[in-house]
Amino acid sequence: MVSEQDEIYQERILDHYEDPYHRGGCADPTHRHQEKNPLCGDVIQIELQLDDEGRIRDIYFDGEGCRISQAAASILAEYIDGKTVEEIKEFSPHDMLDLFGPKLSVLRQKCCLLSWKVLKSAVHSPINGEESM
Amino acid sequence: MSTTHDSTTMLDAAVLRADFPILDQRVYDDRRLVYLDNAASTQRPRQVIRAITDCHEKTYANVHRSIHWLSEQSTDGYELARERVRAFLGAQEINEIIFTAGTTASINTVARSWGDANVKAGDEIVLSVMDHHSNLVPWQQLAERTGAVLRHIPITDDGLLMIDELDRLLGERTKLVAVTSVSNVLGTINPIQEIAAKAHAAGALILVDAAQSVPHLPTDVQALDVDFLAFSAHKMLGPSGVGVLYGRRELLDAMPPLLGGGNMINEVMLDRFTPAELPAKFEAGTPPIVGAIAMTATIDYLENVGLAAIHVHEQRLARYAHEVLADISGLRILGPAPEQKAGIVTFMLEDIHAHDVAEMVNRECGVAVRAGHHCTMPLHERLGITASTRASFYLYNTMEDVDRLAEGLHITKKELSRRGRKRRS
Repeated sequence: MVSEQDEIYQERILDHYEDPYHRGGCADPTHRHQEKNPLCGDVIQIELQLDDEGRIRDIYFDGEGCRISQAAASILAEYIDGKTVEEIKEFSPHDMLDLFGPKLSVLRQKCCLLSWKVLKSAVHSPINGEESM
Repeated sequence: MSTTHDSTTMLDAAVLRADFPILDQRVYDDRRLVYLDNAASTQRPRQVIRAITDCHEKTYANVHRSIHWLSEQSTDGYELARERVRAFLGAQEINEIIFTAGTTASINTVARSWGDANVKAGDEIVLSVMDHHSNLVPWQQLAERTGAVLRHIPITDDGLLMIDELDRLLGERTKLVAVTSVSNVLGTINPIQEIAAKAHAAGALILVDAAQSVPHLPTDVQALDVDFLAFSAHKMLGPSGVGVLYGRRELLDAMPPLLGGGNMINEVMLDRFTPAELPAKFEAGTPPIVGAIAMTATIDYLENVGLAAIHVHEQRLARYAHEVLADISGLRILGPAPEQKAGIVTFMLEDIHAHDVAEMVNRECGVAVRAGHHCTMPLHERLGITASTRASFYLYNTMEDVDRLAEGLHITKKELSRRGRKRRS
């Protein structure tokens, strides 16, 4: 049987999947990155608005794919909003899997970590083409 | 199909299932394991496992090398398997059977050896939109090397090859038609005999990716009149890592060897070599000895059940799956009607991603299916989708397996359909 803890996690994932945090695009993005998981075709794009101190003023994600990839992006966006580039650098794949919650198989971990990868690249992908960090 | 009720072609899947130890286990909280991922790879019966074990315990040594008892046993077993494959395919000569690492290796052997020697800039190779990456990429690589042009037979919306279009695609520059006999996604059975006749009439050769047909339908390379045919053992109850390239004798004879090394030579000097005769010419290095030897037991098993009976059984399962899945709202099956296809049922569930479907039916009902693009990204592009869920049957699947799939899909819909949830912060 699924544990009570898992049940709570599953509910949270479906909530984020149906009612995502900041799905769409930033009004005034400074950074943007998109990646695809070739195994299943999951796509995630993240847009950031970073201020001069390297703090995230705004974060939006968009994409399509399974509930793990899309819910993970929403959970990540909610968690990372307002944090600094330094904090993002510290944020490990292990942290991402912990933040997400339920234990995932190796294949599903890739779905969960897609948005994490995109975020890591997004902070180095200024829209004006200059590396600002 | 009228043969469905012919008792001589009926097989008892529940009895056959008992031959497969791996299927006799429970997964996820005591659920019966239902294996519907046979187009990806199949399971092995005791008879094949025993052949593999016997080889390791009694007869194993390198083949074609050493003068000792074990090597003779091993070489005999290896060459016996080659003869078994020849008879199974209806090939004329034993030398037309090359053991390879699998379908992909077989197709790449032709693309590199025959392709590099015979295809020039501007020559054309005709493929199809429904082909697997393993029958697309090697030809793309050949086109890159040579400047050849690739053309593709289109498909109808319900997943049939537009054969009339083939007449338009074939021309003086066509060197080869390379096409799958059964689509690994749509299940469509393609009219290979007809395609071969058209290709030959245009002066072109034909290669068949038979990975999804040799395990499920009777195959006769001479009746089909094909020039090359490729398949893998692991999709027909045999081990992974071994497959076959069939090629017509005069074509293989004229082709240069691909991999250089041991066994493929006649004589080696410091600065040059002369190649061995067929089939050794294309079997450089130590081959997949145990896997090849186990193909004898594999073919014995399949022929004992009967390929025609297997096909009839799988079409019954597919027809039943079409019936019960039709009851699920928002479910769309890709490909043609069951009469026109093998035991492959691929579908989309509205609003629910294929990976989520696969995970749910497995966890809730122990059903193993494949989700994704199934190595056919161009086909998915043509169908306007990124991923689908596939159930693929074999001789050990039962009607009950199809029921479990349907049950899993009902649960998936109930659990994962959108219902206005709100995120809690």
